[in-house]
Amino acid sequence: MATSFTVNGKQVSVEAEADTPLLWVLRDDLGMTGTKFGCGIAACGACSVHVDGAITRSCSVPVSEIAGKAVTTIEGLKGADGMLHKVQQAWIDAQVPQCGYCQSGQIMAAVALIEQVGTPSDAQIDEAMTNICRCGTYPRIRKAILAATGAAAQTGEA
Amino acid sequence: MADNPNPDLDIPETVTPAEKPKKKGVKRRIFLAGSALLVGGGIFGVWWTDSSAKAKANALIGGAGKQAFGSVMTIAEDDTVTVFSPHIDFGQGSHTALGQMLADELDADWGKVVIEQAPADLAFANAALAKGFLPTMAGETLAGLIPDAVIGMMARSMPLMITGGSSAIRFTGEIAMRRTGAAVRAALIAEAADRLGVPESELTTADSVVTHAKSGKSLRYGELAAGAAERSLSSDPVLKTREQWKLIGKPVPRRDIPAKVDGSAVYGIDFTLPDMRVATIAAAPVRGGTLESVDEAPALAVKGVEKVVKLPDAVIVVAKGYWPATKGLAALSPKFTDGGHGAMSTPAIYAAQDKLRKGGKPDNEAGDGDVDAAFASAGAKTVEAEYRVPFLHHAMMEPFALTGHFKDGTLTIWGGLQDPLSTRARAAKAAGLEMDQVVFNPMIMGGGFGRRFPDIVEIIDQIALLAKQVPYPVKLVWSREEEVRHGSYRPQSSAGLKASLQSGQITGFRMDYAQSGNAEGEVPFIYKIPATSRRHFAYQSNQIDGPWRSVNATQIGFYTESFMDELALAAGEDPYKFRRRHLPEGSRHLKALDEVAKRSGWGTPLPEGVGRGIAIVESFDTIVAEVVEVALKDDGSPKVLKAFAVVDCGTTINPLNAEAQIMGGLIMGLSSAIGEQVTLDKGAVVESNFGDYPILKLADAPPAVDVIFIASGAKTGGIGEPGLPPASPALANALASLTGKRIRTLPILTQAKA
Ligand code: FES
Ligand code: FES
Repeated sequence: MATSFTVNGKQVSVEAEADTPLLWVLRDDLGMTGTKFGCGIAACGACSVHVDGAITRSCSVPVSEIAGKAVTTIEGLKGADGMLHKVQQAWIDAQVPQCGYCQSGQIMAAVALIEQVGTPSDAQIDEAMTNICRCGTYPRIRKAILAATGAAAQTGEA
Repeated sequence: MADNPNPDLDIPETVTPAEKPKKKGVKRRIFLAGSALLVGGGIFGVWWTDSSAKAKANALIGGAGKQAFGSVMTIAEDDTVTVFSPHIDFGQGSHTALGQMLADELDADWGKVVIEQAPADLAFANAALAKGFLPTMAGETLAGLIPDAVIGMMARSMPLMITGGSSAIRFTGEIAMRRTGAAVRAALIAEAADRLGVPESELTTADSVVTHAKSGKSLRYGELAAGAAERSLSSDPVLKTREQWKLIGKPVPRRDIPAKVDGSAVYGIDFTLPDMRVATIAAAPVRGGTLESVDEAPALAVKGVEKVVKLPDAVIVVAKGYWPATKGLAALSPKFTDGGHGAMSTPAIYAAQDKLRKGGKPDNEAGDGDVDAAFASAGAKTVEAEYRVPFLHHAMMEPFALTGHFKDGTLTIWGGLQDPLSTRARAAKAAGLEMDQVVFNPMIMGGGFGRRFPDIVEIIDQIALLAKQVPYPVKLVWSREEEVRHGSYRPQSSAGLKASLQSGQITGFRMDYAQSGNAEGEVPFIYKIPATSRRHFAYQSNQIDGPWRSVNATQIGFYTESFMDELALAAGEDPYKFRRRHLPEGSRHLKALDEVAKRSGWGTPLPEGVGRGIAIVESFDTIVAEVVEVALKDDGSPKVLKAFAVVDCGTTINPLNAEAQIMGGLIMGLSSAIGEQVTLDKGAVVESNFGDYPILKLADAPPAVDVIFIASGAKTGGIGEPGLPPASPALANALASLTGKRIRTLPILTQAKA
């Protein structure tokens, strides 16, 4: 079955079974491996992408539901000029990633949060950032989100 | 790119000195960094003195316009210095740190330093690692430190090319990287002195240039490299003093990070080849069980599924992609035996361990003085407590994934594992090949935490067996369920502690612990007590016990530091002051403890509903003291509000990265203490995924961790692991001070609830 939608602004049409999760269409069919697999049950957030601007765990959405929609992945965050998104830059400045495997999902979640609320409070960060990071980069994730929105860390990191 | 290893890395099967590519006009007389790196007469030294290994190393990393120095680095004509790390960077930042160490001694221009993964070849075996471990090899430390990986390799007379035991910086960095940098710098100076006709003493180096100030002449490293590579390297070069460091100890940004924020970093699971198939697997639910039968038809009926492969203890479905493979696997109803382990369960293991301990026949014993006499002495008050900790899953975020291709008699494997050489050996054994017939291309790892030591990685056997049965390249991916249920866990362990107090002073201290491995020598007992006894009772379940970040220090730290608080309570003293009095005067431990008390405002009033706890553990030559402040959530589970860590690891190579490592270790320690456990029922693991194996999330992690390093200048310790062990006892101690309830069995869950 062919399903059409856009990924990072480009029109794509994929031949995949209707129940195939968007994650595997991205990774196996489209060869876009920046979006990661961590659990397959919407519990870790490693597979987070934006679908029509909303944060979505792509391991748990069948591609049939994506027809006609606009998907943004980590590969699509950079500007047309190749400039990093301010959240990506903040991630580098705060030296967030360790193993880095969860960070595509973390960044997608952070971008969605900032697009939604502008400058998030600590409580809004707590509520929105539910992705797992086994390396324990959470304090720097918080710091980077606040830095990206121009807010100084309220809690601060030594 | 440091962490973007070239998947197409072409490793020649055999390169003898006679065949090695020759560069016209340059005689490749390359010396390794000399005898300083040799391990006295050991099996490891051979690789450093064996000229064919050297030649091979140089053939692999040298090339047009590039001069190789030892198997550690090259200098290109354009001044680019490439440092080859024998360790794999799975997020701990060791590549950047190793590069800093070499480049500092070399006086290289940091902007032109590239760090690459050393090829998985014997020529890159890490003699420095062997030397670093050697002092502890006499005792049994090693057995616990890197359980079977190292020992297995020693048995096979194989050299070391592993990452673990917080070893990268401590051994490779201090021994190989710094010395090589300094020796090559000396060779560059000697070469420049000859060319300029001036004494070496008049030359200075900076930013990859040798300068003769008097004449104003200078030569770039790239211009000098060919000549310098002809010179023999000093085995004992003069190293910089601490004051002369320009890169070591500086917060240098990590080289691997940019590729990890834009999705371009290629992990093992991301690797792909034309015509590649994807496979997934289900192994016997009870470890030790075997595959009895399986009807393949339901899987083959799934669109996209191509093949079902049976292994002695597992079934694999090969398909066009991961999704059809998963669907195919789910369609199967394989029958497995339980291997005779059907009675194994979490309570049964604790019961067996209790029985062993109470039987009083330890397998290993350590300590000083007469503990029993101390307990029996008149006026002694004795305190006893029992503790239990469960199996723990590593939960590296990238599930295991290896790609294999068997073609023309050679098995090529791609993926992320901690020890490339052992990977080759294990794959060769599984596939019935010679090691020379196996090529391994190491890739970036999405976490490791001890899980990726080949000795405990069955997916190596699985991919080897699978690849031999299919004509195309195949990527075998473990589901999270497979990860959770077939781990090599932090062992389930239990302990009974007993101590005697006299006038508030501990006079005798005994710890009896039951678990698979002996922890002695790995976790130093830091308190000054006249009589101590640590007795290990060996217990082995049907599970594979593996090194789990900080290895035995997690549970031993939890037992010791929880009990120290119980003793303080019995003595009626503040736990910080009580510990103080039992630490040696003027010790590094005491300093770290005092510092964390000061930083955390120990003793100052806390808001209503908040408790504070302290703990100190030494592991991997690093001392870490931590304080946490905790409150209870509505459901009775703990929420850590603040955390402080004071760390003495001797020298911090990269404070920015070291802080991240300590912070991450502390948070992983809290996560495991609060909610993690792998339990067994009827021999099989009960938990299956992050739904029932909860990892701490951002909202429940401390918003910030105050990390302070004490620059003691002592022997360089590890930083990847030591931040973890004090976290669980500090948390349990904080909860006890808040609620009066002592938690002796992990995980905490809602035990602290009023
Ligand atoms: S892989 Fe989708 S949430 Fe974990
Ligand atoms: S950086 Fe490793 S899991 Fe988040």
